[in-house]
Amino acid sequence: MRLVVIGTGSVGRSIAELAADYGHEIVGLADSAGAVIAEDGVDVADAFETKAADGTVGSADPADVFETSYDVLVEATTTVDDANPGFENAREALARDRDVVLANRDPVAKRFDELRELERNSDGTVKFGATVGGSLPIISILTDHRPSNIVSVRGVLNDTSNFILSRMAAEKLDYEHVLTEAKELGIADEDPSADVNGTDTAVKCTILSNMLSSYDESAIDDSITVDDVDTDGITNIPGSLLELAAQDSRTIRLIGEVNGNGVRVGPRLVPDDSPLAAEGAQNIVQIETTHSGTITLSGQGMDDHGTASAVFTDIDRL
Amino acid sequence: MMDQINRSESESLYATDGGSKIHKSAHTIRLELVDEPGSLLEALKPIVANEGNLLSIYHERGKKSPRGRVPVEVDFEATDRQYNSIIMAFRRSGFTVVETGKSQYSEEFIVLLAGDVIETDVTDTIERVRDGSNVSVIDVSLTPGQSEDEISGARFRLATQEGKMSETLEMLREITEEKGLKLIEPLTEVER
Repeated sequence: MRLVVIGTGSVGRSIAELAADYGHEIVGLADSAGAVIAEDGVDVADAFETKAADGTVGSADPADVFETSYDVLVEATTTVDDANPGFENAREALARDRDVVLANRDPVAKRFDELRELERNSDGTVKFGATVGGSLPIISILTDHRPSNIVSVRGVLNDTSNFILSRMAAEKLDYEHVLTEAKELGIADEDPSADVNGTDTAVKCTILSNMLSSYDESAIDDSITVDDVDTDGITNIPGSLLELAAQDSRTIRLIGEVNGNGVRVGPRLVPDDSPLAAEGAQNIVQIETTHSGTITLSGQGMDDHGTASAVFTDIDRL
Repeated sequence: MMDQINRSESESLYATDGGSKIHKSAHTIRLELVDEPGSLLEALKPIVANEGNLLSIYHERGKKSPRGRVPVEVDFEATDRQYNSIIMAFRRSGFTVVETGKSQYSEEFIVLLAGDVIETDVTDTIERVRDGSNVSVIDVSLTPGQSEDEISGARFRLATQEGKMSETLEMLREITEEKGLKLIEPLTEVER
């Protein structure tokens, strides 16, 4: 496929650099300041050398990438305001009947109904499997099962908070101590607030809920935005409370829950022997189905290569 | 409901004939006692005071509960009315009743409260949970914070009638929200 990639942060860069390995060609690469466009394929290494020197990948107008001959727009920008520039980029591509693969969550979490409307009026399709769970194929599984057969989706969708809670419990340490350690190990960002206050999990759950709501027979009727989610985080959980939980063979995990009653994110008591009590920087998701029992997925948290790989899976499904 | 009314009527009939035993049924309760002299005797008082008939006592002194208490199993006979008074008397005296043989509360679960539960009046919190319909407070543990006089959280072990758990959780959400405490609920299956 001929790809245009917009956004050259760590995820966009991984996608651009790995595209050739997956048999794709980059014909346009854009960041906020400039772009490089080449009918016969962009030299990706060269473009990032230019970016290192000049602060942008090329001298072309970023808006011109939409005019080139391509099959799929891969959206990997960082949101500035109101799900933009991601949402507007998706609109431009769909208006030209191109397919869109999102590595950027915000258009799905914040403007889902508008996005679906644009998709209905286009010959292009929108895929967003890379936006939840990284390399765990959560959205693929939800799509492959009849969504009417999905009772609930719940689990640990933020590896940073899971690392913090499991270290607090195992080492009897306090929150601040473990957070510092997580930053040193590169597991937590310098500003981890979205991870620990539940917002990141709420965004992912919103996407799952919206994805399910778009099917007629789903248990979830209406689409939501992240502001509709009842969200609580882990910042004020004392270490002693984890010890109290341990006395009853339980532990505390930051759980996101999506079902017919709505979406909730918050710390919950989980039995020690539950798959959801897994330790460390992990994602663990349980999909409860009507006829196929409970499906549990677990794996390492998302990194840039994992996200890129999920983007290529979406492209293959177009 | 009819059954209950009939029974209390027949009970009052028999109350005039010198306290017949025929309407008493056997109950087993499991208490957790602090390991101190006299605590066993103290524990039996509510049964005797409410005219229950003691059948047997099994005092497992060598075996302590995870909370460092001594479990005791008590078998006694009592009418339903006496039984209820006995259980209420136990609660008033601050005993932990872990299991009751003829319990109406079949769903047992745990919630944690984070925050200064003492500052926000823990007695009031417990009373309000207790006042809720269909719920019984089995026990409450407090956990110290970083300094000695600080309390950083509590565990409530609760029991509800079958199917009444979400109602109880809803009540707990209201109480904790009002008091600025953080409620950590158990993860339960989705009710279909």
